[in-house]
Amino acid sequence: MNAVNVSKLRDIVRARRFFALVRKETFQLLRDPSSILIAFVLPVILLFLFGYGVSLDTGRTRIGLVIEEQTPLADDLSASFKGSRYFDVLEGRDRRNFDAKLVSGEIRGIIIIPARFASDFAARVNPEIQVIVDGSDTNTASFVQNYAQGVVASWVAIRSVEAGAQEGGSTSPISVEQRFWFNQELTSRFFLVPGSIAIVMTLVGTLLTSLVIAREWERGTMEAMMATPVTSAELLMGKILPYFVLGILSMTLCVIIAVFLFSVPFRGSILALYLLSAAFLVPALGQGLLISAATKNQFLASQLALISAFLPAFLLSGFLFEINSMPVAIQWITFIVPARYLIPSLQTLFLAGDIWPMFLKAMAVMLFIGSIFFILAARSTRKRID
Amino acid sequence: MMLPDDNIQSEFVRLSGISKSFGQNSPALKNVSGIVQGGKITGLVGPDGAGKTTLIRLITGLMQPDVGSISVVGFDTKTDAPSIQGLIGYMPQRFGLYEDLTVQENLNLYADLRSLPLNERTAAFDELLTFTDLKRFTNRLAGQLSGGMKQKLGLACALLKKPKLLLLDEPGVGVDPISRRDLWKMVKNLTKDGIAVVWSTAYLDEAEACDTVLLLNKGELLFFGPPIELTSRVKGRVFKLTGISGSRRLALSRILDRQDVVDGVIQGEAVRIVTTADMNGNDLADTAGKNAKLHAAEPRFEDAFVDMLGGGPGGRSKLAEAAPRIDDQKGKLVIQANGLTKRFGDFTAADGITFDIPRGQIFGLLGPNGAGKSTTFKMLCGLLKPTQGEGRVAGFDLRRDGAEARNRLGYMAQKFSLYGDLSVRQNLDFFAGVYGLSGTRKRERISLMSEIFSFAARDNMPTRDLPLGLKQRLALACAVMHEPEALFLDEPTSGVDPITRREFWTHINGLVEKGVTVLVTTHFMDEAEYCDRISLIYRGRSIALGSPDELKAGVATKQQPDPTMEDAFIALVEASEREAAA
Repeated sequence: MNAVNVSKLRDIVRARRFFALVRKETFQLLRDPSSILIAFVLPVILLFLFGYGVSLDTGRTRIGLVIEEQTPLADDLSASFKGSRYFDVLEGRDRRNFDAKLVSGEIRGIIIIPARFASDFAARVNPEIQVIVDGSDTNTASFVQNYAQGVVASWVAIRSVEAGAQEGGSTSPISVEQRFWFNQELTSRFFLVPGSIAIVMTLVGTLLTSLVIAREWERGTMEAMMATPVTSAELLMGKILPYFVLGILSMTLCVIIAVFLFSVPFRGSILALYLLSAAFLVPALGQGLLISAATKNQFLASQLALISAFLPAFLLSGFLFEINSMPVAIQWITFIVPARYLIPSLQTLFLAGDIWPMFLKAMAVMLFIGSIFFILAARSTRKRID
Repeated sequence: MMLPDDNIQSEFVRLSGISKSFGQNSPALKNVSGIVQGGKITGLVGPDGAGKTTLIRLITGLMQPDVGSISVVGFDTKTDAPSIQGLIGYMPQRFGLYEDLTVQENLNLYADLRSLPLNERTAAFDELLTFTDLKRFTNRLAGQLSGGMKQKLGLACALLKKPKLLLLDEPGVGVDPISRRDLWKMVKNLTKDGIAVVWSTAYLDEAEACDTVLLLNKGELLFFGPPIELTSRVKGRVFKLTGISGSRRLALSRILDRQDVVDGVIQGEAVRIVTTADMNGNDLADTAGKNAKLHAAEPRFEDAFVDMLGGGPGGRSKLAEAAPRIDDQKGKLVIQANGLTKRFGDFTAADGITFDIPRGQIFGLLGPNGAGKSTTFKMLCGLLKPTQGEGRVAGFDLRRDGAEARNRLGYMAQKFSLYGDLSVRQNLDFFAGVYGLSGTRKRERISLMSEIFSFAARDNMPTRDLPLGLKQRLALACAVMHEPEALFLDEPTSGVDPITRREFWTHINGLVEKGVTVLVTTHFMDEAEYCDRISLIYRGRSIALGSPDELKAGVATKQQPDPTMEDAFIALVEASEREAAA
């Protein structure tokens, strides 16, 4: 046999070993209900939770409205509040009636139209109203504050139009119309769905992968594998490939549910979706391998995966919390969280369409982080058991 | 110790001055040298923690020695591990099977991994499946096979693409004696083709059947050579004492305290003794009563091992001496099992198990792993609710008065389930508390236990770091802290060295003489000899019940006039299977 044939034969042998490992892993995966649960049932639960349960939208917020002196002007403003679609108004004459309700959370804020409101207005001194909010829930507090300002502003505008009309003037008031692009209804569900896709792929890529490798150590099968001519690269790649496919399938399921059940718009291309997801799975799987190289115990592996991959993907990726509003030190940490690059890209992909410069940059960063994980994992995974 | 070097060709493994340590612990192997030859079974013999698994891993090249070198079929494990891994078959302790793959899928996987050419597969699979008698089960998941079948499949996987060297790590543990015997025959056949086999075991009777033995104890090589060479050191010093009048346990205790006795164990109604060279035969027999007689017996590997370790412990048990005598209502039934049945779904783990144990007796449940011993055991301690039947301890029905019954029993779980992170003292404290001891009595009992088992020096050591023998002592101390009248022992001495085992049984024998009733489960045939009566459990049913001597006598034939416990077990299982088939 000449040299070419020998090396060809070796390739065939390697390929066969590799596919034997992939086949084994696939059989195990299909027969293990817990993998199916994590890859297919969990995403559905997660999407339904975010789709129906968790919503960052404000509906009608209940507030107290105190009118200290009943004047036609105050009544007019109060009618504006009552007519607002953002507020559910309880009316009273004394602030003290509402204090307890604010503390108990029954109402989210108190708006006070003071006694001298009418006289100030007549005197064209800047009339003031007071807004008291529950600062313990900053999100709602700022909503109340902003919407209250909005109500007052439009009321002032309408008043001045009416006043101008009476005076015969032609001062047309400037009306500000807000317009949100791409998500006109500002439905948070549309933002949350792409985020949950990242979460699901983190679970499959990192948690599941590190668990199944730890399980092989615990059951002693890893040792038996290692005593055969298999190389450690074959062993690791044989593990990764099936979970890569599983991650992609799981992502596909998420997208189908999001688009067809929750009517999340899908304005980008399928190619971009799969490229982004594939690029994200590289660091996710790399991290799973790294964890399993560090621990040979399923419990520890799951803890490490949850803390180092799942929680950052949840909290430090811009999924639930705006990265720009985090402390600077934390913002720096987010740069090594792969989900941070995937989530904005997916949001853009769903709601705006393909923006290739953004996607390519995100993919490059994710592949870079992934390759670091893989290098570290390959270094610490030798075919040794001591 | 001499290394045979006449036939270099047959030298498959050469160990030269191997040492290996893990962290701060005492070394796992200390300066071990030896040779494994082709066409022979080399036994790697020793109790748990002796260094057997470490040595096998070193031979596979998955671990490297700190000192010394190993060459396998001419390759050095340090530099040529991949070449070695292409030539060996290795079956690790849990057989290395994927439980969620079928028998055939496991075989396919290993065939691919070992690069068995496709055109040879059909023949190889056929041969191995016939050889292991697994043909009928090719589509069954490996996880659903019995222990014996798993073991055979593990062997088949290791034998794909015929290896030059076969490494088997404790293949016989917990497997039923029939499978063990089958496996032994298969491996013996392989050596005819020139394969070198390394068989590691903690069972000393397996050691006897090997061609060569590496005997390890605490990482040190005690002996290297044919087992017969080792047993010859006690030749003419091994006896069987029969016709003992009175309690054989008391007789043993007296005998063990004699200067001219090295070792002694109970064997059914008789006592097996190893003496010093200058013993006084008549005087010795007299210790056991007028009718007692000494018969010369065939020396066994275990006799020689104990002799080599400097003899067994004495016959006195401080634990038993400190225990109060329970002699109310002699002959009262302390533990009763009446038709105990447990079903898990459509699987019957225990089927109508019935026996009773009078005060001051040892009763054994003997059978392979998965036979239903532990299930029966757990029903009797009130840990598992029987599907049918009832169990009683000290007269209390376990269904109604489980707590009362549990207060009267001491339980020593398999593998000594102590809290590894707690110190010796904390474990004693904890178990004393669990059993409701407090105040002065608690302090007294704990200090008594510390004194009897000499825990003082290690009071603050985490239990995890204790040597196996001490763990077992501590587990016993925790189980007897509250002076229970019934003692439940689950595989109490599996894997411990023979000296620790003797010490343990000296305590148990002493306690039994004081009136404690003992129920013990074991898959260890030798341990069954300590029992007054045993029940053979096989596939959830009790297939025989009687004293060890009765059971053995029942299967004696002309060809086999003096069967061992294992012979008896095999014969009885075969008889019950014939019955089931008929």
